[in-house]
Amino acid sequence: MARVVVDVMLKPEILDPQGQAVQRALPRLGFDGISDVRQGKRFELEVEGPVDEAALARIHELAESFLANTVIEDFTVKVEEVAGAAK
Amino acid sequence: MTARIGVVTFPGSLDDRDTQRAIRLAGAEPVALWHKDKDLKQVDAVVLPGGFSYGDYLRAGAISRFSPVMETVIEQAKAGLPVLGICNGFQVLTEAHLLPGAMLGNNHLHFICRDQKLRVEHADTAWTSDYTAGQEIRIPLKNMDGRYVADSYTLDQLEAEGRVVFRYLDFNPNGSLRDIAGITNEAGNVVGLMPHPEHAVEPLIGTGRTDGLPFFTSILKKLVNA
Repeated sequence: MARVVVDVMLKPEILDPQGQAVQRALPRLGFDGISDVRQGKRFELEVEGPVDEAALARIHELAESFLANTVIEDFTVKVEEVAGAAK
Repeated sequence: MTARIGVVTFPGSLDDRDTQRAIRLAGAEPVALWHKDKDLKQVDAVVLPGGFSYGDYLRAGAISRFSPVMETVIEQAKAGLPVLGICNGFQVLTEAHLLPGAMLGNNHLHFICRDQKLRVEHADTAWTSDYTAGQEIRIPLKNMDGRYVADSYTLDQLEAEGRVVFRYLDFNPNGSLRDIAGITNEAGNVVGLMPHPEHAVEPLIGTGRTDGLPFFTSILKKLVNA
């Protein structure tokens, strides 16, 4: 089993009021020096079988058509080693 | 003979019954459509109602857009079937790319429910012919994800082509770019808006006015005269 991680973020030009709300709360909590926060989504896909080029291409298609709305969001796809899987 | 107008029920739809009632009050025949059913029962037009279909999981409208009924709606809308998306229905239409842009959470991060003043910018769509361009109306608005966004090229194109159909007046309730409350596609058969015309069709309830009724009489006249 391998894990593929899809990260989805609002495009830089899209206003992110949730990120702003988080950022504004930071000084009150004693965290200074953080000038901006943007909030995104992380999807962890547990893939059955090998994560070869064909599988990654399918996941890319899935991310582009469903997990992200590319009108407002960008996404990245990366393969993650699952701890304990290598023996 | 009257027109048959379908109303889709998704899991989590809230305003499907009110929409059916508005259609009936306008003099047309409402037809219940089910999200799992590809068959549109030969209706003459379709309304995607408000609510929180599929719990708004992932993004509002993102999962509904892939439901079986939407396969047929998308195909037939491209061929000219009149489709109206109200609130969650508008979100489904943008997710389905039948309308440009996207809907995001209100800029103030709160659910909002109020009587909202709008200007009808264009009366030449399938759903607005019983209004006059420039007419001001007041209908209920209630949403969490009502912030309309698109890139500036798309916004300029919508304005230039006369496809901004409704604009918020006096108060922008959600941070929508250029005060946009509703838009149409190039052909004018697909219209989406955030506020709720179906809740303003009888003097007794809603805003106490019937400012929303012309949506349903517009489409009825178009279909009956066709």
